[in-house]
Amino acid sequence: MILKTLLTGVAAAALLAGAASAGSITVVSWGGAYTKSQVEAYHKPWIAKTGNQVVSEDYNGGMAEVKSQVEAGNVTWDLVDVEMADAVRGCDEGLLEEIDSSILPAGADGTPAMQDFIDGTVTDCAVATIVWSTIFAYDNSVLANGPTTIGDFFDLAKFPGKRGMRKNPKANLEMALAADGVAAADIYTVLGTPEGVDRAFAKLDTLKGSVVWWEAGAQPPQLLADGEVVMTTAYNGRIFNAVAAEDKPFTIVWDAQNFDLDLWVIPKGAPNKDLALDFVAFSTATEQLAAQASYISYGPVRKSSAPLVGSFHNKPDLEMGPQMPTAPENFATAIQSDFVFWADNQDELNERFNAWLAK
Amino acid sequence: MTDTTGPLVAADGTPLKRKLAQAMFRSRARAFGLVFPLVAFVIAAFIIPIVALLWQSVHDPRFANLMPLTTIELAKWDAVSPPTEAMAAAVVADMIVAKKNKTIGRVATRVNREVSGARSLFTKSGRSAATLEAPFMEALIAKDKKWENIKIWEGMKIASKVYNPGYLASALDMRYTADGSIVRQEEDRRIHIMLFARTMEISLIVTIACFVLGYPIAYLLSTLTTRTSNLLLILVLLPFWTSLLVRTTAWIAMLQAQGVMNDLFVVFGIATDTDRFSLIYNKTGTLIAMTHILLPFMILPLYSVMKTIPVSYVRAAKSMGATNWTAFWRVYFPQSVPGIGAGALLVFILAIGYYITPALVGGQDGQMISNIIDFHMRKSLNWNLAAALGLVLLVFVMFLFWLYDRLVGIDNMKLG
Repeated sequence: MILKTLLTGVAAAALLAGAASAGSITVVSWGGAYTKSQVEAYHKPWIAKTGNQVVSEDYNGGMAEVKSQVEAGNVTWDLVDVEMADAVRGCDEGLLEEIDSSILPAGADGTPAMQDFIDGTVTDCAVATIVWSTIFAYDNSVLANGPTTIGDFFDLAKFPGKRGMRKNPKANLEMALAADGVAAADIYTVLGTPEGVDRAFAKLDTLKGSVVWWEAGAQPPQLLADGEVVMTTAYNGRIFNAVAAEDKPFTIVWDAQNFDLDLWVIPKGAPNKDLALDFVAFSTATEQLAAQASYISYGPVRKSSAPLVGSFHNKPDLEMGPQMPTAPENFATAIQSDFVFWADNQDELNERFNAWLAK
Repeated sequence: MTDTTGPLVAADGTPLKRKLAQAMFRSRARAFGLVFPLVAFVIAAFIIPIVALLWQSVHDPRFANLMPLTTIELAKWDAVSPPTEAMAAAVVADMIVAKKNKTIGRVATRVNREVSGARSLFTKSGRSAATLEAPFMEALIAKDKKWENIKIWEGMKIASKVYNPGYLASALDMRYTADGSIVRQEEDRRIHIMLFARTMEISLIVTIACFVLGYPIAYLLSTLTTRTSNLLLILVLLPFWTSLLVRTTAWIAMLQAQGVMNDLFVVFGIATDTDRFSLIYNKTGTLIAMTHILLPFMILPLYSVMKTIPVSYVRAAKSMGATNWTAFWRVYFPQSVPGIGAGALLVFILAIGYYITPALVGGQDGQMISNIIDFHMRKSLNWNLAAALGLVLLVFVMFLFWLYDRLVGIDNMKLG
């Protein structure tokens, strides 16, 4: 018996020692070209530097898996890439660990971290990495004189054919109002009133029979490539990737783009919290954020990263700067996704959207 | 007297009845011991989780646990008169504790289900709750005008009910109000009844389509020589063994606007190149893909029943002057009914809970109730409502099962 206890102890000690020298964390993100950009810019350098391993998993967003893991007391994810509204909601509901912002390194130019990050990109439980955007895009080999404004997206007479849209009220309602003539700055004021919501749904009604709904970020470029739709809303990076890496003839229309943040969060009770924190600090440093921007056209959230953003990783003549949602020529009519509005109204608007969809 | 009517005894003097019970007990215990692992497994892995989840459809103690003082005060309130100072004081006291324990977000989420906008009201007020001073009602309203709105208080009153019929009401497109009555949901938010009806409709059409397509195939399989029928059976089983996802995605490639079927239609002039058929991402797509996927569940029970019907019966009928049709309809068909019952019930019950195929090819009008349950499980995180919808679906299927038993008889069913 004593011998057995002793052996177990030795084995456990050996395991612990092994874990300390080469740990492993599970990092969960959105898959496809986006996860690839993270693997190249964050995972590989971190593995090389620390000797730890990274297990990469894909998901489709939302707090559901985190919630079920935390509530079952069986957390297997260490780090998750989420949207702003989910980060706020998860933090409020106590599903996420708090992240002490003092672990974030200063910018490469010496600016303290909290001044280097764009305002509002570091919260109690989350640290942002990129600015991404919902835009719409079309196939320029099909539509030679393609759409240029959000109004064109809703104009079936001018551009007949099916539209792809995300099966979610978010971004769609904003775009509908923008197409109906509401200025970017007033979108959420209008959407905050019952008449505004009716107006947005009335605009969506004009497209209803002609929409193919998508859910995963990889779907819209596929729908465009298959000719299933003539134009589709999409995440700007996915369309960029189809153009840059797969030479697809797609054009992005930036009018009324909806931009949002992606952030790292750590589920409460994550098994390798300390390693995950180390990974957060490492991956949100100036160089890593700039490096990621050479794989996908999402803007880094650190001001000090912007000057370091170069060209696409295997196409030296493809400058990344103009491809970013934050580039001045793309930004004129941009709408910032209002996470407070969505946190307050998503239950009701989702319900209404689902009922509208099913009719 | 007592001697002659006394109980029978065994050789060792114990009553025979008890001796028998002892012997029976041993064999019963052995039998129970043998099935115990299975029973324990089913209870632990199946019954307890299902009951626990369904329980959530009527039981929601979150608000009452996190805002105990408010819950007591709200219980005294009639939901008509203006909210009292005592209620405001309780809310402030509870919010200070909830803020400290970081549970204010959970309270906010719960009330926001009843009143949109309550979420930011709670998180914002929670931050400054500790600084508020009596009178609390004025202090709250000074912080945020929304506290004036009686809807917020009504929402809290609904949320404070631990045993809450609100979710079941909502699953049936109704609304539970603060004064305890149940009214119909507003027109533009009614969705569930329609989805239940559509789920029924799709399941019925799929069952009928499977029967119409499957019956001749099963008949053919059962009448051919074993060699040929085995070969043909492989053709039925091969798709059956293929992953559901693979088959669904294959249908996307077949049916989409630029897909195989539409290309063929254009070649044969049935459709024009600019005006192709919409065969997928709608109800048609759901019906086609589900019928194909569920077809083996109809063919296999039919086949195994038809295999046992002796050919000589039909021959005998014909020799006595029956036409082909009469021989089939009066002699063969009634004997195949147990197979039809089994196949139809299998297909129908599988179809009613179908989820992945409608999700992938259903578009907007091919969605079923399971897709909305999935939405509340994974996206909106409203597990209580998901449980309520599940409960309604379960009760409904049980009812159909009972109806089937009354009309056709569950014994009159053969799986082979």
